[in-house]
Amino acid sequence: MATAAKATKYVGKPIKRKEDPRLVQGIAHYVDDLKLVGMLHMGIVRSPYAHARIRSIDTTKARSAPGVVSIVTAEDVDGAIGPVPCGAMIPDMKPAPRPVLATGEARFVGEGVAAVVASDPYALQDAMELVEVDYEPLPVVVDPEKALRKDSPRVHDVHADNAAYRWELEGGDIKKAFKQADRVIKVHLTNQRLIPVAMEGRAVLAQYDRGDNRITLWSASQIPHILRTQIAAMLNFPEYGVYVIVPEVGGGFGSKLNVYSEEALACYLAMKIEKPVKWTEGRRENFLATIHGRDQIADMEFAVKRDGTVLGLRAHFIADLGAYFQLLTPLIPTLTGLMCVGPYKIPNVRAEITGVFTNKMSTDAYRGAGRPEATYFLERGMQAVATELKIDPAELRRKNFPKAKEFPYATATGLIYDSANYQGTLDLALKKSEYKKLRREQAAARKSKTGRLMGIGLGSYVEICALGPSSAMPSGGWESATVRIEPTGRVRVLTGSSPHGQGEETSFSQIAADLLGVTMDDVIIVHGDTSAVPYGIGTFGSRSLAVGGTAMYRAIEKLRDKLLKIAGLVLSEDPANLVLRNKQIVSKRDPKKSMSFADAVGAAYTAKALPPGVEPGLEATHFYEPTNFTFSFGTHIAVVDVDPETGDVKLRKYIAADDCGNVINPLLVEGQLQGGIVQSVGQAYFEEAVYDDQGQLLSGELADYAIPRASDLPWIETYNTVTPTPVNPLGAKGVGEAGTIGATPTLVNAVLDALAPLGVRNIDMPLKRERVWKAIREATAGPSGRPRRAK
Amino acid sequence: MIPAAFEYFAPKSLDEALRLVARHGDEAKLLAGGHSLLPLMKLRLSAPRYVVDIGRIRSLRSIREEGGRIVIGALATHHDVEASELLRITCPLLPETAAEIGDVQVRNRGTVGGSLAHADPAADYPAAILALDAEIVATSSSGTRVIPAAEYFVDLLTTQLRPGEILTEVRIPRTGENSGAAYRKLHQPASHFALAGAAARVTLGPGEKIESVAIGITGVAVNAYRATAAEQMLIGKKAAPKLLAEAAEKVTDGIDPLGDIHASAAYRRAAAAVYARRALEAAIARAGGKKA
Repeated sequence: MATAAKATKYVGKPIKRKEDPRLVQGIAHYVDDLKLVGMLHMGIVRSPYAHARIRSIDTTKARSAPGVVSIVTAEDVDGAIGPVPCGAMIPDMKPAPRPVLATGEARFVGEGVAAVVASDPYALQDAMELVEVDYEPLPVVVDPEKALRKDSPRVHDVHADNAAYRWELEGGDIKKAFKQADRVIKVHLTNQRLIPVAMEGRAVLAQYDRGDNRITLWSASQIPHILRTQIAAMLNFPEYGVYVIVPEVGGGFGSKLNVYSEEALACYLAMKIEKPVKWTEGRRENFLATIHGRDQIADMEFAVKRDGTVLGLRAHFIADLGAYFQLLTPLIPTLTGLMCVGPYKIPNVRAEITGVFTNKMSTDAYRGAGRPEATYFLERGMQAVATELKIDPAELRRKNFPKAKEFPYATATGLIYDSANYQGTLDLALKKSEYKKLRREQAAARKSKTGRLMGIGLGSYVEICALGPSSAMPSGGWESATVRIEPTGRVRVLTGSSPHGQGEETSFSQIAADLLGVTMDDVIIVHGDTSAVPYGIGTFGSRSLAVGGTAMYRAIEKLRDKLLKIAGLVLSEDPANLVLRNKQIVSKRDPKKSMSFADAVGAAYTAKALPPGVEPGLEATHFYEPTNFTFSFGTHIAVVDVDPETGDVKLRKYIAADDCGNVINPLLVEGQLQGGIVQSVGQAYFEEAVYDDQGQLLSGELADYAIPRASDLPWIETYNTVTPTPVNPLGAKGVGEAGTIGATPTLVNAVLDALAPLGVRNIDMPLKRERVWKAIREATAGPSGRPRRAK
Repeated sequence: MIPAAFEYFAPKSLDEALRLVARHGDEAKLLAGGHSLLPLMKLRLSAPRYVVDIGRIRSLRSIREEGGRIVIGALATHHDVEASELLRITCPLLPETAAEIGDVQVRNRGTVGGSLAHADPAADYPAAILALDAEIVATSSSGTRVIPAAEYFVDLLTTQLRPGEILTEVRIPRTGENSGAAYRKLHQPASHFALAGAAARVTLGPGEKIESVAIGITGVAVNAYRATAAEQMLIGKKAAPKLLAEAAEKVTDGIDPLGDIHASAAYRRAAAAVYARRALEAAIARAGGKKA
């Protein structure tokens, strides 16, 4: 993997993660590992109905069960706990705040109806079964298209219909584009609902100290500070008395970028009972009541010239939001709209989104959050254009990419892409996959009598990283860092970013150690404890390194300048001539003029001889506000064989050529790409949250919801080019979501390419064997009045 | 994921276990590897009052040859079966089948007896047991009873086992010369249980004619079964590709396949035919001394 060319000791090197020794030894602590004296256990009684009026709740039997300490329902917490916050505002949006416990009606299966606290998890489980809820089932709507019909049951009867909002965006002259087009190519596509399935579910532990009037909340969260602010608001409790601590987090993928009712309930009950209260989500609860992802339907029309030039794109997206708004529910689909032209010069665009209420769990940010949808729809559309116009898909892409010299590039959707060389990653992917050879092999397979169905899929993408400028984000889009060089010369970095598997302790240590000329072991990265670190935004949107890392970089720059000033005085040298290297401060002019890093640090603390105007101590804080997003990009190629008898897809080769700007640690980048691509294999081939028409989640556990396993995968080859971003001094863009954004359409395009000679043009994800088998059968047998022919 | 309260017994001998099941009857559940029972209990779909853990009865874990038959103790784990040198030589179908079950962790805990007693409609062993014409030995306080595999599976999660009986061993007849067997399976991607699994055992006679054949099908119907219509079509005939394909089409004759979110009935029927044909092809190749 190519990396930043600068001569550095750590940055750019494949350094193993600092986090791993404690994780692989099992000596790290997740929330559920924490045990406090007198700790009680909370459980949530959940609605078995997707829509029902709650006539009454009888807790008499449950209250008298052994070990039960407290039971609360909506009535008890009314006025004491506000609704789950939603940070997204869209003009004319119908509000759908979620009460922490179902109030009057339950609107999806899994909505909390009562919270029970008991002495141990066993007593708790027994008692929860004794809570008697009298439900009056109400009509249910599950399908977002049906939900938009006039005669549909309404999810919220305070609203006239289920259309939560309509959002639109237009750039260029869309009418003219369609008038000038030789062909209009249409696709109708779905991007199914997914369940994030982090390895660690959600977990919460709340403690109340009456003497200090203090709540300490341990939570598996991606956003400790936002959580602190919102919990304080929900409970109407002074924010200075809320301490949020995020210990190890076992994955999030966006599912922990939220504020959940259980977090507020645990705090409330811990205050009420004055004992610590823990709640640990079960896997079934995780499936039902932690946010879901995707669930969009797209109609796209491409106005194209015969030579493949795309003149315009008209897109309408239906986004299934579920029953209530979680933190960012309505916002996510708008990212699909913003990114709908992807890496192509499509000068004229019109995008519309209809957000819809259904009786399902809320959708929200899931790895990629809006961009995988945009990329999937666009890349499937480009595949359709290539097929219809009989242009090689690689050439079609090349033709429509802006050239490297055209950056910064303004899109018709109003974004400024910072820097890129789309042809570069395309060429790299073609070269590494031996694309021409693959096409020859495919041609031979198609001619042979074996019936072998080989497919080659391409997908190109660009994605918004480093979220983002504050103007674009409900919470603000900056990040913070405080850096302290301690008297012994060790460096403590306090970052507002809060990782959940990113390896931030490693990558941040690499940058800090190089900047200060110390070793990585001299640096500790502290995160996730709101009483220790400055206010931060959190980890999501491929932002931690590019935004949080830059905040740290700027804070360290301040300390470095200060140290050099101090050393300059001691060494009688102009600070501009001094450098930090191998724990020494050395003059570039005269190497004899040097002092140890430790002595310079000591001088700052003993403060006997500081330059005029220099304060004692070594601590600096920086709040970094980015001027733009950054935009990572790439091209992926997948090779599949499809079993014509069963529809079984064998993914046999996967090549990813990505560019995320400067690479701080190639191991971490590769890990992110591998993981993201594997999650895409899940969406493309296996995963789907299946609800029946009564709103019951049929794929409600891991025995029925297929996530990919190692045995489903080939070795994924990752390559990269380096186009640094001018947006931040690290030149790094972000890579946390690139895999899930680039890979899904690539994997589907490969299967459709295999079936193209049969005339198959679409199979909806996931490409389960039966769907592929059915498509093959219908194409070859041509039954039921809809014969399909190869074109 | 917390089971209801239960009373736990860990008998050290078969006699002690039999006394416990005789005493507690329907209210007792036997625990072997725990890979079927414990998930059901944790979801509170099963809440037995008594759990009799037979996992410590060491005598039930052997795999041995006895009187010209292979005898597999009920507590042999899937890994034991997969790794058994004796089975690899005398009955390679079973190691091949065991290797298809779950993952390493499951194979290290799950047992032959547990799987057969639970009789999940999509479990792997039933197909192989049927194809091998095995016998299932049930022991109770009043003695032992031998049940032919073909009669053993009755309905969804239902076998010929009676209350008070413990499945103690499985007996496999040795196959003769010119025999081959194979298990082929289309797995459900989430659970890796069989969406359609076919085990075939074939003995070839003079002129490469099929002298005997047995096909066990799992994953398709409420219980595993022998595909007798397909078998009859093959007996005495030369194993030509066209014949195999036609016979394989018959493996779901008279069967009402299951349909669920993973596969419709129509797809299970089609997949069963494909995998039965592939199992037959491999079994025949092996019977002819070829690798497959």
